[in-house]
Amino acid sequence: MDPQSLTFLGLPALLWIPLLPLLGAAFNLILGRYFSKATVGTIAIATVFGACVLAGILVFWGLFFHPASPEPDKVLPALWQTGGYTQTAWSWLEVGSFKAPLALHLDSLSAVMIMIITFVGTWIHIYSTGYMAGDPGYARYFGYLNLFTGAMLILVLAANLPVMFIGWEGVGLCSFLLIGFWYENDAYAYAGRKAFVVNRIGDFAFLLGMFLLFWAVKSLDFEQLKSLSNGAVYSASNWGPGHAQVWGHERLAAAGGILLFIGACGKSAQLPLFVWLPDAMAGPTPVSALIHAATMVTAGVYMVCRLSFLYSVSTTAMMVIATVGLLTALVAAFIAFAQTDLKKVLAYSTVSQLGFMFVAAGAGAFNAAIFHLGTHAFFKACLFLGAGSVMHGMEHGGSKTPGDITTMGGLRKHMPITRITFLISCLAISGIFPFAGFFSKDDILSGAWGTHPPGWPIWYGKILWGGLLIAALGTAFYMWRLYFLVFGGNERSEEAKHAHESPVSMTSALAILAFFATVIGFIGLPEAHVFEHLPKVFHALPTFLEPSLTHTWYVDAAHQPQIAGGFADGTLFTLMGVALAVGIVGIVAAYGLYGRGPSKTVDQLVDGPLHGAWEASKHKLWFDEVYDAIIIRPFKLLAKGLFEIVDRFIIDTVAVNGVAFVIGLFGRLARWFQNGQVQRYLAGLIVGAAAVFFVTDCHRHPTFDITRTGDTITLHAETGASVVGNGAKLHWHLDGSTDCAGEKARPADPPDLTVRAGDTGARVALCIDDPIERKMLVVSRAVPDVEVTP
Amino acid sequence: MIPNLGGGFVLPLILGLPLLGAIFVMCTPKTEGPLQRGLGLAFSTITFLVSLAIFRYFNAADANMQLPFDAEWIPGLGAHFKMGIDGISIFLVLLTTFMMPITLLGTWKSIDKYPREFVAAMLVLETGMLGAFLATDLFLFYVSWEVMLIPMYLLIGIWGGQRRLYASIKFVIYTMVGSLLMLVAIFYVYVKGGQALGGYTTDLQHLAQVSYPWDGQVWCFGAFALAFAIKVPLFPLHTWLPDAHVEAPTAGSVILAGVLLKFGIYGFLRYAMPLFPHGALVWAPALAVLAVIGIIYGALVAFAQDDVKKIVAYSSVSHLGFCMLGVVALTTMGIEGSIYGMLSHGLTTGGLFLGIGVLYERRHTRRLAEYGGIWKQMPIFAGLYLIIVMGSAGLPALSGFVGEFFSIFGTFIAGDTFPANHPHFLPMVRLLAALAATGVILGAVYLLYMFHKVFFGKLDKAKNGKLPDLKPHELAVFVLLAAGILFGGLFPRPLLHAMEPAVDQFISDFNKHVDEPDCGAHLYTKGCGAAAAQAPVATTGGTP
Amino acid sequence: MNDLLFNVGYGHFLALAALLFLIGMAGVIIRRNALIMLMSVELMLNAANITLLTFSRMWGDEGALSAHTFALIVIGVAAAEASVGLAIVVAVFRGRRNVDVDKLTTLRH
Repeated sequence: MDPQSLTFLGLPALLWIPLLPLLGAAFNLILGRYFSKATVGTIAIATVFGACVLAGILVFWGLFFHPASPEPDKVLPALWQTGGYTQTAWSWLEVGSFKAPLALHLDSLSAVMIMIITFVGTWIHIYSTGYMAGDPGYARYFGYLNLFTGAMLILVLAANLPVMFIGWEGVGLCSFLLIGFWYENDAYAYAGRKAFVVNRIGDFAFLLGMFLLFWAVKSLDFEQLKSLSNGAVYSASNWGPGHAQVWGHERLAAAGGILLFIGACGKSAQLPLFVWLPDAMAGPTPVSALIHAATMVTAGVYMVCRLSFLYSVSTTAMMVIATVGLLTALVAAFIAFAQTDLKKVLAYSTVSQLGFMFVAAGAGAFNAAIFHLGTHAFFKACLFLGAGSVMHGMEHGGSKTPGDITTMGGLRKHMPITRITFLISCLAISGIFPFAGFFSKDDILSGAWGTHPPGWPIWYGKILWGGLLIAALGTAFYMWRLYFLVFGGNERSEEAKHAHESPVSMTSALAILAFFATVIGFIGLPEAHVFEHLPKVFHALPTFLEPSLTHTWYVDAAHQPQIAGGFADGTLFTLMGVALAVGIVGIVAAYGLYGRGPSKTVDQLVDGPLHGAWEASKHKLWFDEVYDAIIIRPFKLLAKGLFEIVDRFIIDTVAVNGVAFVIGLFGRLARWFQNGQVQRYLAGLIVGAAAVFFVTDCHRHPTFDITRTGDTITLHAETGASVVGNGAKLHWHLDGSTDCAGEKARPADPPDLTVRAGDTGARVALCIDDPIERKMLVVSRAVPDVEVTP
Repeated sequence: MIPNLGGGFVLPLILGLPLLGAIFVMCTPKTEGPLQRGLGLAFSTITFLVSLAIFRYFNAADANMQLPFDAEWIPGLGAHFKMGIDGISIFLVLLTTFMMPITLLGTWKSIDKYPREFVAAMLVLETGMLGAFLATDLFLFYVSWEVMLIPMYLLIGIWGGQRRLYASIKFVIYTMVGSLLMLVAIFYVYVKGGQALGGYTTDLQHLAQVSYPWDGQVWCFGAFALAFAIKVPLFPLHTWLPDAHVEAPTAGSVILAGVLLKFGIYGFLRYAMPLFPHGALVWAPALAVLAVIGIIYGALVAFAQDDVKKIVAYSSVSHLGFCMLGVVALTTMGIEGSIYGMLSHGLTTGGLFLGIGVLYERRHTRRLAEYGGIWKQMPIFAGLYLIIVMGSAGLPALSGFVGEFFSIFGTFIAGDTFPANHPHFLPMVRLLAALAATGVILGAVYLLYMFHKVFFGKLDKAKNGKLPDLKPHELAVFVLLAAGILFGGLFPRPLLHAMEPAVDQFISDFNKHVDEPDCGAHLYTKGCGAAAAQAPVATTGGTP
Repeated sequence: MNDLLFNVGYGHFLALAALLFLIGMAGVIIRRNALIMLMSVELMLNAANITLLTFSRMWGDEGALSAHTFALIVIGVAAAEASVGLAIVVAVFRGRRNVDVDKLTTLRH
């Protein structure tokens, strides 16, 4: 049977991997409060474990039981060799030609991720049943944790960028909820908010990156993008000539890649967006282990590897990634030196290790990035859980500040299992043979040493290598400082003396994770000739991942150089030796200074030559203070200012109420008059009537028109509109005589008269008899000589 | 299976039912609060159920007006009582009929004063809103538009808070300023269209076929745009909104934000742009820029508030900015995103206001500082409210994301298939989209700020110590809303699918108008005729 | 002067009407007593009557008598108005012991 057509209850089998924890979350969040803690915990663990089993079946079925590849020289079965398979649950976002179905994709890369997430997740769930046993928000906690697991699984299984974005933001939401899990503490809730908002800054760029990619290549599906990535898609034919000039393929990939990488910076706590992760330690410790060490924060690395085909086109973007990763690794390692909170040290260590992974990805060693991601998931989860165990113990000892390492010391006597597992993980993270971190870190270092992407200066890989070596030295030092301060020397407080070992549910998880932190490195031995005859399993990871990752730089269709350096054995082992030596130096230095608690030398150094550096490290290089001063305060000020000045004053007071005020002014004027007194109205009426009378035609004096058309003259009397009126008697004097004396007795002439030109004199006069004033009015006008029309 | 009766009865029925309910309610004795509320709920629920019958008759593949209803109204004017429904309006109508029973149920006990008049006003409001969504006749639209105004005025003015008179008058005058200018433009269309068509009519379908003179289009679009922009509300015409929201009773706020604001965007889509495509081209850049300013400005100002209702009110300015931007981008994605954004905004913001109503009923304050740690007292409410907040913040797989995603996306790719020498009528679409996308960050900032201040922190105010969690009717309302938000985020496809033909039709009509041979693609200049056969002005989305 | 005094014409009638009208108008505007205002209104109405009759004569309308008819109607209406008005004034006076229009402001509030 083909795994691609495998469904369960009508939904694709792949979908059930995230769906199981999501169902667990739904149960625990909605009904959990009505059930016992045992039920809640069982369901939470069962769903994640179920997802783990299902993932295992699907992955190993593909690996072992699937019909072998027809080509015998291929190491992997065809299913993985051809890049896995996609299952579509339902059509999700779809408008016009844009299609983003809710589809999940299983290939070797996502297979590795789901195995890590579900396996580590299961153990952290088990650990949590012990750690959170006394918490009133037990069901809520497991609901969130399940929700997170589901979202994270969607993130890694997504077959296209929008679906990945569901998981991407979903884990951000869970991170917000879990950091602020103890919401009654305002600072914790604030830390959760900070995490979400900083992540959102990254998500903003992620969105734009998505839009840009779709705009350029018309697809957001990983498989389609991949098949388009080499050449065809970045040619000019896909958009107008104007765009082609702006967007050469390298620039386009660079812009899209960098935008997406900014998203990764937010999620994976890289410079300059890493400030949320240390604060995220406010959440319960298992959360820090699962979300802020093993899984969520590695999503950025995963995304870059998932899009390795895109990044291999743009060495600019790769340079940005590698540089940011290196700076983050160094800065975080530096800050970790002077921290006194157990979890804060681990948080900065996580930031620093993520920097390592990004350097690997930026250098093109995607393999190494995923390898380190995997080993880091085990040893860092183990460290965090160990830290949780220590704090648990310290709390039982009565400590109010269980994370303060200055009050610890000597815990090796009280917490033997925790101590052993912590020791193993410290060895692993410091890169000591044969623990897991040794192999993965070495893979990154040699990848950086050997990388030479087209367009990079030849020495840049060496710079990366050198920088990472310094960061590795720092890592070994601060991790062992931590170890010695917690477990070494004698108890520095009463509480430490009364600390005791944690319950089995917690220590069992520690043991399992420590076991894997020891052995997991052996699945990724470097490609040296010496190892050629070892069984395949020692080289399982790179072989398995090979089809999912890109192994060539893309310059143009004809020019695609290999990424991998391909070292001689000598170089390889020298690099390994150097890395190992650096780790040991770090440990020895830490032992010298902190082996039996903080030594006098430390105090001398801190007060003396290293005072400035110590302060800088202790204050986290003032990142929070600087952000507060240049971003948060101006932002608040801007918001307040816009509201008070623009909204309240300019728009509301001046514009809106201003208009109303002017209209009101007229109203008040009118109101003075319209006061309800009849007399005032009447006075107004009379004044108005008089005015009307005055401006209308009572002043029109009597006159007449003369119109000449050829020889015809037309006379038309206008007697005026005064009391004279139309009834006045008229008398025409065609000869122009103005003497009206004798006219009273004569009958009146008509007001209109038509005569010939010769019948008139030079002027014509009109006598009007005013019956009221009993006067004769006389009007005289000249007769025009030429034709005049009025 | 419902027998196929032709479907013509559905629209008049859902329009008439609330009105009938209002008359019915007004006939009951004055003080029978529960009876009147019950009647109101019953009538609005029946209206909702009847409106579901639209699906029975609606053909999702058809771009035209469906379920038409046409009756002579004022023959002398050529005004018809003409209604229809298409992909653009169908879900807005359903949103209206859905939100009304939800609102009445959610604010069951919050109105003691004049319950009879309150329920009647709500039902009349529903009639007005439905009329405005369903009308395909300018006259009917204008009448409905004004009918909505009066009950809303009463809701704010009678059942409002302290400064209710100021707020209600501000609301009415703001709206009237725009709608009167719109009336003038309607006269213009009526006269010019009547001349061109050879007979006076107010039928939108006929009037939209006329090519109005260029100046006329610019002025008339301006007048329509003013009316609609005030309703949206677009920066800087938004200041009535916070006042109206803060003073309105919960039910008023819910309907105002949930449905009424949508008429702005809907008006652009249904009236302003089809009637005056050239005018739209002239004003589009300004509208787009104002929309982007609104997105950022609304979010920033929301963050500066200390009144919960004001935060949500300003968030509407921000969210509707996305919708506005999507519409003027004139891509399938942009417009569908915009419509989807409106639906989602109806649910989420309606839910946000209902939640504030729940808190207000218990505490009688809206000041953020008075709350804190409410989660401890009201965990069920807090959880459901979180879903609504996240839906509003645009978390993927919740409904808000789909709308925001497609509005910005549609803007980003606007003008995608243009030849290089023929720019899209919006300048710098990608910059606009990028600026709009900052709203994604800012949305998280102010919404989480609000959520934090209300639900997180110590429960240190004595009065908050005894708040009861949701009562059954409130629980029902919030569960329905949360389910709607989740469903809308997970299964947007059927909705988008039903919108698509109408939206595509809208865009191609628009392009056809703009590309008319006698009035060619002179996008910014007056005059027609020179370069006729240019490439289309807008694209239908991401086709390569 | 003689002419003005003894040769009486239309102008004299109109002047009388204008004078009566002005007196009435002044009474309505200036006085605050409702009774006096009513009387002033009567004066104005009568001024109008005189004007009507004057112009009727001036335009030679004697045969038709329309102005006379109109004047009689005005007198009738004036009588009716006076009776209603006086009744109101009396009613107001009974209620308030006062007919000063400035103080009758109940409807304004």
